Amino acid sequence: MDGPPMDGFGRLADTFFNAEVAARYWPDILAGVWITIGLGIAVSIAGLAFGVALAILRAMQRPWLALPIIAFADIMRALPPLVIIIVFFFAFPLIGISMSAFMSTWLALTLVLAAYAEESVWGGILSLPRGQSEAARSTGLTWGQTMSAVVLPQAFRVALPPLTNRVIAVSKNVALGSVVALSEVLNNAQSATSTAGNPTPLTMAAAAYLAIFIPAMLFARRLETRMQWRV
Amino acid sequence: MTAPPILELAMLELVGLRKAYGSLEVLRGIDLRVHPGEMVCVVGPSGSGKSSMLRCCNRLEESTGGQVVVDGVDITKPGVDINTVRQRIGMVFQQFNLYPHLTALGNVTLALRKVQNKPGPEAEKLGLAALERVGLADKAHAHPAQLSGGQQQRVAIARAIVLEPKLMLFDEPTSALDPETVGEVLKVMRELRESGMTMLVVTHEMGFARAAADRVIFMDAGAIVEEGPPAEVFGAPKHDRTRAFLARYTGGH
Amino acid sequence: MDALLTNFFNLEVFRQVLPFLLQGLLTTIGLSALVIPLGLVGGLGVALLATQTSRRWVRFLVAVYVDTFRALPPIVLLIFIYFGFPFLGIDLPKLLAVALGFLLNNAAYYGEIFRAGFLSVPSGQMEAARSTGLTRAQALIHVVIPQAVHNVLPDLLGNSIEVVKLTTIASVVALPELLRIARDAQALVYNPSPIVLAALLYLALLWPLVRWLSRLEHKNLMAR
Repeated sequence: MDGPPMDGFGRLADTFFNAEVAARYWPDILAGVWITIGLGIAVSIAGLAFGVALAILRAMQRPWLALPIIAFADIMRALPPLVIIIVFFFAFPLIGISMSAFMSTWLALTLVLAAYAEESVWGGILSLPRGQSEAARSTGLTWGQTMSAVVLPQAFRVALPPLTNRVIAVSKNVALGSVVALSEVLNNAQSATSTAGNPTPLTMAAAAYLAIFIPAMLFARRLETRMQWRV
Repeated sequence: MTAPPILELAMLELVGLRKAYGSLEVLRGIDLRVHPGEMVCVVGPSGSGKSSMLRCCNRLEESTGGQVVVDGVDITKPGVDINTVRQRIGMVFQQFNLYPHLTALGNVTLALRKVQNKPGPEAEKLGLAALERVGLADKAHAHPAQLSGGQQQRVAIARAIVLEPKLMLFDEPTSALDPETVGEVLKVMRELRESGMTMLVVTHEMGFARAAADRVIFMDAGAIVEEGPPAEVFGAPKHDRTRAFLARYTGGH
Repeated sequence: MDALLTNFFNLEVFRQVLPFLLQGLLTTIGLSALVIPLGLVGGLGVALLATQTSRRWVRFLVAVYVDTFRALPPIVLLIFIYFGFPFLGIDLPKLLAVALGFLLNNAAYYGEIFRAGFLSVPSGQMEAARSTGLTRAQALIHVVIPQAVHNVLPDLLGNSIEVVKLTTIASVVALPELLRIARDAQALVYNPSPIVLAALLYLALLWPLVRWLSRLEHKNLMAR
């Protein structure tokens, strides 16, 4: 849209969808995308693994194990993730534990996801009739075999919808890393916006997040339907 | 005192009623008159269109042809205020459909308060009277989950009669009940009939239809196959399909 | 140990900044009291559109809206609104930008919850209400919505806790809620104790709710 005066739509396009700005800052956004995806995957894997481990420990029904796990899960679900990231990044160095922005964000989100995953899997375990583990034990399976072969497979099926939702919700919080200058998509887009004097990089950041998480959501939905069918 | 039956205005009249889902015809031109104070029972195999016909009578389902005339008014005409009409047509469902978040009295008085805008005390008085009629005044403050199936269905009947309908539609009112609570619901229905209510009842209770109905309709494949006094339809059915259906039914018991 | 006490739990700093942080906590609560009801109303609207219309294109648009705003991190949305709009010459006040961002995000999340609630109410409820002469709107208000809400109360509570936690992102547009005040205080006293104190205040506010939610959820699971 050249020539004066620019109409409303042209102005909107020129501001938020400026091709020239987009071309110039595309590499920055792309670099951020890889950080976002990498961190998201790292958080998902570590958080799920840790959370499932906690749920199994809690299922051992020892109060000295269960109480700290419950407290951990409660605290990590009650604290805003942004607060945890900021504590790790700004406060821990002062007691001699320095963490990079990447490390702070990863650790904070991993702990948060672990807390939610523990609750979901534990909820799944609770939902099973007692007869399930009794039947397994009555056939001579050990506690560990009962957990891995009978209890957990069923618990996961109950826990799957909340788990997939939570993995996506927590992974999205990678964007919070921008507050501690983690060079993920949003942070790079903000810097680019201020150097370019044009918010097109912010549009690109939004588009990039959609491009990452809409497929993730669709995949999660497919996974859920497939698991339901096998019940 | 009353006009001769032939001149009497029907309370409900279906004229060439049709209902189709795409190419699937579930009602193929139903003609039926129900007179004031009459109880008509509709029997037939499942999928014969009985429930569809009933649900067209208060337009919970929209017909695709023909007329539904209630108390002289064709309710299928555009411009009819269906919500006013429905207060004159009570309906009782197979699954009761009581509102689980309200007490028995709350269920019975909701339409009084929200549709007829009756003040609270008056609505409660009417509601209690209706519950009294079905023998459940003592359960006024119970929630549906605290009631047996038979009690729930009686509350559902009270919810309909409290609006003083001129016509009552029953859609298999005892099919979802435990056998031991069927009787109490049928008793309430008999009393209702004795009080002069006009009733159209879709049912699988052949014994009830035979003993209490003024007329029985046998439907199959979206059409009325046979109709007449219960003694005739049950005792000496004219059509093969009626005989086959009744044989299966009585044989099955 | 000493480093921990002076840097994390510095009572002198606590005493100094507590009044300001309490002010921030009030702002956090006030902000939540603004955006949660907004989100609930928006979500109810979204769910009504998704379940109460037979128009395919309406359902499609609602699904696109919900998926988009569930995929977009709220902080990206907020920064887009707050830092992007001024380039169009539209200067949104902070509170308005935050409220708008939260509304767009929350309506999608609450909408999904309410939708599940509507689907949990049998269709016979609407039919029974209509058969006694209630209009569609009356039947929704008095019969369907109360049951739908009741059936998803734990999810509504859970999402509302998430929203309170999410108000921390308003700190990036310098809205003086609890986290923002704590960070400003930290810069001022050059000691991270204010952030730790803020964390403790968040815990005090939200831990009881989290506990309550856990009990509701476990009760529901065991009732299956």
